[in-house]
Amino acid sequence: MNTLFDKIWDRHVVQQVEDGPTQLYIDRLYCHEVTSPQAFDGMRVRGLKCFRPEKIFCMPDHNTPTHDQDKPIADPVSKAQVDALARNAAEFGLTHYGMMSKDNGIIHVVGPEKGLSLPGMTIVCGDSHTSTHGAMGAVAFGIGTSEVEMVMASQCILQQKPKSMRININGQLGKGVTAKDVALYLMAQLTTSGATGYFVEYAGDVITALSMEGRLTLCNLSIEMGARGGFIAPDETTFAYLKGREYVPKGEAWDKAVAYWKTLKSGDDAVFDRELTFDAADIEPRITYGTNPGMGIGITERIPEQGGTSNPGFQRALDYMGFKPGQKLLGTKVDYVFLGACTNGRIEDFRAFASIVEGRRKADSVVAWLVPGSWAVDLQIREEGLDKILQAAGFEIRQPGCSACLAMNDDKIPAGKLAVSTSNRNFEGRQGPGARTILASPLTAAAAAVTGVITDPRELV
Amino acid sequence: MKQKFDIITSTCVPLPLENVDTDQIIPARFLKATTREESFFGDNLFRDWRYRPDGTPNKDFVLNDPAYSGCILVAGKNFGSGSSREHAAWAIAGYGFRVVISSFFADIHKNNELNNFVLPVQVSEDFLAELFASIKADAKTQVTVDLPAQTVTNLATGRSEQFEINGYKKHCLMNGLDDIDFLVQNQIKTELWEQQNK
Repeated sequence: MNTLFDKIWDRHVVQQVEDGPTQLYIDRLYCHEVTSPQAFDGMRVRGLKCFRPEKIFCMPDHNTPTHDQDKPIADPVSKAQVDALARNAAEFGLTHYGMMSKDNGIIHVVGPEKGLSLPGMTIVCGDSHTSTHGAMGAVAFGIGTSEVEMVMASQCILQQKPKSMRININGQLGKGVTAKDVALYLMAQLTTSGATGYFVEYAGDVITALSMEGRLTLCNLSIEMGARGGFIAPDETTFAYLKGREYVPKGEAWDKAVAYWKTLKSGDDAVFDRELTFDAADIEPRITYGTNPGMGIGITERIPEQGGTSNPGFQRALDYMGFKPGQKLLGTKVDYVFLGACTNGRIEDFRAFASIVEGRRKADSVVAWLVPGSWAVDLQIREEGLDKILQAAGFEIRQPGCSACLAMNDDKIPAGKLAVSTSNRNFEGRQGPGARTILASPLTAAAAAVTGVITDPRELV
Repeated sequence: MKQKFDIITSTCVPLPLENVDTDQIIPARFLKATTREESFFGDNLFRDWRYRPDGTPNKDFVLNDPAYSGCILVAGKNFGSGSSREHAAWAIAGYGFRVVISSFFADIHKNNELNNFVLPVQVSEDFLAELFASIKADAKTQVTVDLPAQTVTNLATGRSEQFEINGYKKHCLMNGLDDIDFLVQNQIKTELWEQQNK
């Protein structure tokens, strides 16, 4: 009761269906090429137009190659899907940021940086990492394609109201510990289903001190503990980030918006269905060892001993990864490093990566893919001169897209190879059939890239 | 698709693994289709568990075991976690499953199943463990899922449990209706909301 989640949700209720879900108004729908074509088809079959086309923004990101984007996509099936989005957006009168447009990038990177995701909004997309936009102080969640069609047709969605949870993280993060490590720590504490059925509000000293980029990373990973969404009450950090961005209100409208946004916080009397509190001092740089994001450890820790017949999933995961119970991962040889994705493809992530590799060299045995989350991030990398640092250390910067996070383009980690990845999922085959993924922060990825083995980034910071 | 739901009695296909994510249900490389051909997705259901890298069937995987068949999939806790891809629900429906029984479902996937007239039936851990044991003892174990009564019954042991579904969605499933029809019919209410929230 009286949580920020309640405030935003309740304001968007069009009606409560009798013995059923809520009809919820949606302020923003994002569409990418993978989960939208069947929704557009459905609209055509029903003879419907988009109810509020000006609230819908489309961009390809999953299939886009990370090189030679000025040339046609080589894979004809990927090309067909990317082309279909452009065609559908034109037919239904929707804004479309095509490949090579300076506005293109990963949907969850572009939305916030263009000011399309604002405090107090309801935001959906056919993509589970839509939770990212919660960092702006919005109720943002992933939906299926049928639900995408619902929003296209009516600007509404039918949903059961989730329960609310607050996670407080107090204290101060140690050297080399980032928002990604906080998220990996929470997943290990809660498991991948610990927050299923909940919307999570993140609060506490650590959250207040996080940059917008860090907040976006943390909220992005809410789904990996099962939560439909995660968000952070908007504050001065949020307003400073938003001011002047393309779709953000200007002038008098800005003042009015900020005045409203300042009311967006949970009441002192707010009651959450569940509330958890953690201490920042307990969080060290984190890595995963298994095949779901909850299977993680502190980088200096050993893989747990639990397993055997009582937990077949545990042994199965270790068999897939080629690890043993009780094993330490520090010093393990790494084949690939991936910096990017909607989780860690923002400017701060590139700054962090560059801070470690500056004055060092990429290990010859490592293949490194550095993929900015958007063309805007790419531009900023160059403006800040990070490209020079990265190139001097033997790294090249690729073109924006989801890339190796889910390997729908050519960026596939080969079978059996071990990747340290700043992405969000280490599921079997996620980064390519047979690929083995260790999730980590940009600092930890950079440490692996220059040493060729799993390395505690605190030794290099 | 949109097959009206009533009472189903069937043998089961057991998948006693926890945290089955949607990347396993349908790997990303099969998401490039621009149409909703369920047979395509069904053919690739659990692709990387069902087939070896060389394309031959993996005999150790349950879908390739002739002992098991039926339109009910019984899966371990936290089924459908991860990606929101509705293609996972299309694959399950396309393969011919009409019910998935588990002790816990991931939120987005659960909605996706419902929107494709696949019924997610959430049962207690006890019920699930007993059902896995029944199927292990006899692959021909049958289960009845009675949507009108909201009960699920293990016919091997006679054990029955109630399951949750809201009245609106139950009505939709039993009558072949979907949410888009409902929302389009309610556009006047949406416009009213917009006027009040300018």
